[in-house]
Amino acid sequence: MSDTATSEHSEPEADEAVEHHDDEGHAHPSDWAYVKIAVVLAAITALEVFTYFESVVDWGVALVPSLIFMMVVKFYLVATWFMHLRFDSKLFGRMFTAGLILAVGVYLVTLTVFEFWV
Amino acid sequence: MSAEAVTADLGHAADEHGHDEHATTTGLSHTKLAMWVFLGSECLLFGGLISTYLLYKSRGNGRTLPTDVFDIPFTSVSSFVLLMSSLTMVLALSAVSRGEDEAGRTWLLATALLGGVFIGGQVYEFTSFVREGVAFTTNPASSAFFTLTGFHGVHVSLGIVMLMSLFVASVKGKLTQRNAETVEIVGLYWHFVDIVWIFIFTVIYLIPAD
Repeated sequence: MSDTATSEHSEPEADEAVEHHDDEGHAHPSDWAYVKIAVVLAAITALEVFTYFESVVDWGVALVPSLIFMMVVKFYLVATWFMHLRFDSKLFGRMFTAGLILAVGVYLVTLTVFEFWV
Repeated sequence: MSAEAVTADLGHAADEHGHDEHATTTGLSHTKLAMWVFLGSECLLFGGLISTYLLYKSRGNGRTLPTDVFDIPFTSVSSFVLLMSSLTMVLALSAVSRGEDEAGRTWLLATALLGGVFIGGQVYEFTSFVREGVAFTTNPASSAFFTLTGFHGVHVSLGIVMLMSLFVASVKGKLTQRNAETVEIVGLYWHFVDIVWIFIFTVIYLIPAD
């Protein structure tokens, strides 16, 4: 197996949660670890929805940055744990990240074009 | 996608424990690598659609905007359902990887059902929007909104077809621990669809228009 195919399992909490290995020998978390991640995702979603009810708490200028931060955390948790990017070869993550960076680039270029050139 | 197609030979051999050596130049499953490349390209598709909506979201041509008729509590429930379907999907993969075929079938079916609930919610949302005067051709904002969320809905629907194909294959005994990678690949697609909705829910629904 090449270097690119070697995953790293350095984080202790990940090792504790390991239950089984996939067909490339990469460790995957236990079912209980998946449930715990789902609970965290549900809690973040509840907090996101909570921001909608302005009569309860006025988030002010912190609203948009908070929502984006929570979105990024949810995105990261699903990609790393449920999609196994944390445990699989880094090459898979690089392929996905390349598409993601290009997509963000497309948005930024389009926004710039429409805001300043048109 | 037929049950035969999803359980087709993935181009590598597995031993009785499902631990196979991928005889590829990278030492990795090229099927999985191809799925990741595909998902990377899907980021571009949804990036373009989200960009279009963000640029047109205020262009109502004097008519009702999608943001005026959003039902956030209802969409929140739909979002929660789709999020939880990612849990059932990963539990399906976990069960199939351990050789627990019956548990795998149960979780696959649960995932498809949750996806069906999400699609049902989207159909209801679209119907109520049209009743409130926001149709596909009402204004540029509504066109961009329906195109974005409609494309996402089509992806979820295709995911349900794949899940049901896996379920049928499992019932026929063609989906076992040996080809658990097939479940993983369908799972990657399903989680991606969830990730896209995480983005759409925040950027389109929750962040205020102005």
